[in-house]
Amino acid sequence: MEIIMCFVIGFLFMAAVYLMLSKSLLRIIIGTGLLSHGAHLLILTMGGLGGSAPPVVSPGVTDYADPLPQALILTAIVISFGVTAFFLVLAYRAYQELGTDNMNLMRGTEDHD
Amino acid sequence: MINLLLFPILLPFFFAMILMLFPKKILAQRVVASVALVLTFGVTLVLLFKVKTDGIQAITLGSWPAPFGITMVSDMLSVLLVLSSTLITLFVVWYSFSSIGKDRESYFYYPGILFMLTGVNGAFTTGDIFNMFVFFEVLLMSSYLLIVLGGEKEQLRESIKYILVNVISSALFVVTVAYLYSVIGTLNMADISVKIAQIDQPGIITVIAVLFLLVFGLKGAIFPLFFWLPSSYAAPPIPVLALFGALLTKVGVYAIMRTYTLFFTFDQGFTHEMLMILSILTIIAGCIGALAYFDVKKIIIYNIIIAVGVILFGASQMNEASLMGSVFYLIHDILIKGALFLLIGVIIAITGTSDLRKMGGLIKTYPMLGWTYLIAAFSLAGIPPLSGFIGKLLIVQGGFEAGNLWGSILILLSSLIVLLSVVRIFIYAFWGEPAHIQPLTKQHYRGLFMPAVILVGISVLYGVGSEWLVPYMSDAANVMLEPALYIKAVLGGA
Repeated sequence: MEIIMCFVIGFLFMAAVYLMLSKSLLRIIIGTGLLSHGAHLLILTMGGLGGSAPPVVSPGVTDYADPLPQALILTAIVISFGVTAFFLVLAYRAYQELGTDNMNLMRGTEDHD
Repeated sequence: MINLLLFPILLPFFFAMILMLFPKKILAQRVVASVALVLTFGVTLVLLFKVKTDGIQAITLGSWPAPFGITMVSDMLSVLLVLSSTLITLFVVWYSFSSIGKDRESYFYYPGILFMLTGVNGAFTTGDIFNMFVFFEVLLMSSYLLIVLGGEKEQLRESIKYILVNVISSALFVVTVAYLYSVIGTLNMADISVKIAQIDQPGIITVIAVLFLLVFGLKGAIFPLFFWLPSSYAAPPIPVLALFGALLTKVGVYAIMRTYTLFFTFDQGFTHEMLMILSILTIIAGCIGALAYFDVKKIIIYNIIIAVGVILFGASQMNEASLMGSVFYLIHDILIKGALFLLIGVIIAITGTSDLRKMGGLIKTYPMLGWTYLIAAFSLAGIPPLSGFIGKLLIVQGGFEAGNLWGSILILLSSLIVLLSVVRIFIYAFWGEPAHIQPLTKQHYRGLFMPAVILVGISVLYGVGSEWLVPYMSDAANVMLEPALYIKAVLGGA
């Protein structure tokens, strides 16, 4: 199971990097979304998958799921959700103001002011 | 176990929430924000003396025992940083009254600043590596707001890049924490420090150390990773720039210092050597940038990068003198960068431009401003008895003790370049033919100038009174030198 997850995470990172290297702002934002998904899956996988019982202390249970990565992933998802929402609004506002979503035309030189 | 160390985080947070209820009442916003910061400063002072007399303070939230619950730890290093951050925020808010403009003030400017202070203080205080990520995000979210507030074209354009860089580094932070968790199986920083010594897997831990350097280096702007900083920081108005320049990179630097003294102490031949080389390259890159521009904002912004290099060079040497020097220089830099940016803001407000070539002759009309700027400039370069001197002296001394002759000499040489770059502003702006200026009203000028001059005064006192501060600084260095103290405070006598 861990091996499959490794490939999934690797694929997500690959797609994220590909999208973030493109010029269109919307693609870049989708790329950051995929990047954080990859990171979240990585947390879950790194804690070790498997474990059949819920992590409640009771006598006789040894094969329980690790609760900590799930707590971490929850926090990280909330944060990345907030950041992505902000980023989308910002991209829309920038498109209105600057008239472009092409990163090449957003370079910080005096010519483009 | 006391709750005192939570107040520097909770007070700004609480008051920021209150401020969000009445965004349009500007006078009330100003008063409440100032009261919040003064209160926070007072509480932090109490905490400082508490830490000085009783040692490191630690609290685990929800009374879960140490490795399980989230721990907040306040040692001398973090409390000193919290104190200086709060102080600089107080002055920036005061300066904002007469410079930021009513539009921004009525669109959640002060809540943004207080939320950012919450994040900064939290990142300095937390004793849990994932919690540090959370506080990083708190301060980053607020900084996204502050950098884009006002919505000018340049701000929108630069903030997109700023956010993109930080989103990527945050994802990398999560990945790094995940790796660390899979190897160590704990997130509590004191516990990590103990377990790293036990599991004996230096290879993978070194990889994690490099990943952490990458993450915090992006936030703290070390050599190959500072590319985003100059243009992003130049976009927002001066008070926001001052706040960012004084605080945000320092959080990254603090995180590097904390992780590299607490976790990654066993393979210093690789990790700390790398940190040293990168810090020297950072200084060189910063020096080139500081001399290359005629834009006053850019010159001071590149001086941030130089300072980051100097502090990390001290941290990489890992002996008492150099670490003490790093702490001295870190706090000096928070104060003086804030003061310099505020002074630059006054100059820009008077001349209406940030291009040095269009300025000139200000010394006739604004002599006080000129001399204050000169003192701040000398202080930045480290001319004794001003505040940059003692930190740099200790860092260089530590460098010589560790046998890194050339690095130390390079730091001394970089002081000359720093001096040249800031005195160039003085020469262009204050000497020569008077250029066209738009005189400010007396009240407006005083509102801008008073916070800056008092901040310069504080930094002068910090330099002159450094003898009196030595016990605090050596306490802070001791915690970094002997992780056992930190571990004992968090995990108890074990």
